[in-house]
Amino acid sequence: MSHDWPLWEVFVRTKGGLAHRHVGSVHAPDSELALRHARDTYTRRMEGVSLWVVPSAEITASDPEQAGELFEPAESKIYRHPTFYNIPDEVKHI
Amino acid sequence: MATASPVTDVDARHDYLLRLGDDSLVLGQRLSEWCGHGPVLEVDISLANLALDLVGQATLLFEEAGDGDKLAFHRDVLDFRNCLLVEQPNGDFARTIARHLLYTTWQHKLFQRLTQSTDRFLVEFASKAVKEVAYHRELASEWTIRLGDGTGESARRMAEGIDWNWRFVPELFEVDEALQDLIGQGIAPDPRDFEDEYRSAIAGVLAEAKLEQPADQRPILGGRRGHHSEHLGHLLAVMQFLPRTYPDATW
Repeated sequence: MSHDWPLWEVFVRTKGGLAHRHVGSVHAPDSELALRHARDTYTRRMEGVSLWVVPSAEITASDPEQAGELFEPAESKIYRHPTFYNIPDEVKHI
Repeated sequence: MATASPVTDVDARHDYLLRLGDDSLVLGQRLSEWCGHGPVLEVDISLANLALDLVGQATLLFEEAGDGDKLAFHRDVLDFRNCLLVEQPNGDFARTIARHLLYTTWQHKLFQRLTQSTDRFLVEFASKAVKEVAYHRELASEWTIRLGDGTGESARRMAEGIDWNWRFVPELFEVDEALQDLIGQGIAPDPRDFEDEYRSAIAGVLAEAKLEQPADQRPILGGRRGHHSEHLGHLLAVMQFLPRTYPDATW
């Protein structure tokens, strides 16, 4: 049965103001039931205030073979990190 | 709490707490039988969640009625006050969904009205539980529609599931003397007030699921008086075995 069902990627917003974060995936026959499965699987312990489900087939992923050309050039550019600023303690979620 | 009520009212209220609590406990126990056996992992988790909601409701109601564990684990079949619908065997997934649709649609309408009760505990209880039950009802409706309007096999199974459970619906709207007493005091809602609404809600889901509404069968009554089908005894044997064999067991 689940072999016939498409896979959906699940994103949970843990509280107002924060971004939705990817938490995992569920099988479901359609988007409405995917939302319910996501609710039952990933928000049982009050983890969320909002849910997104996205068909996994709709995600375009980068090719791991290209990881070198895609990501390595950033390694030597330390000046892109905002490490030269002091972040006040009151600022969360950075 | 109606502290100044005469003894008969207290008895009727106690009995009502057991009716509601036994409905939730027995249906919760039934659903928990799916744990590890669901058709797919996601449905397995979803059914276990529904079961936990129901057992939680029973816990609140039993604690209000007396010693919760004693009421759940140390009463015999004849002392249970649940309706016959909730004790019916799971059958296949479609029959479980049919039972859940028929029961939680009723329970949702009841709890909505129970939030207006003159009994403070019942108002607090229903205000919390009505949200859980709204979800149960929606999920059961969604599955009924998908299975009914699905493949030939799923439609056949869904129709069989509705058929099997249909004869237990009239009991939900039965009003006996004890219940009439509580209705008079504004403690319990009168289920007959929402029977038409219930029937048209179910008819709406069945129509969307492209399923025929079954013909009315001879109603089977008696659960509220302790006259149960043979199935409840087996359910209780599994549920009560451990605390009855080891009365002081803790975990």
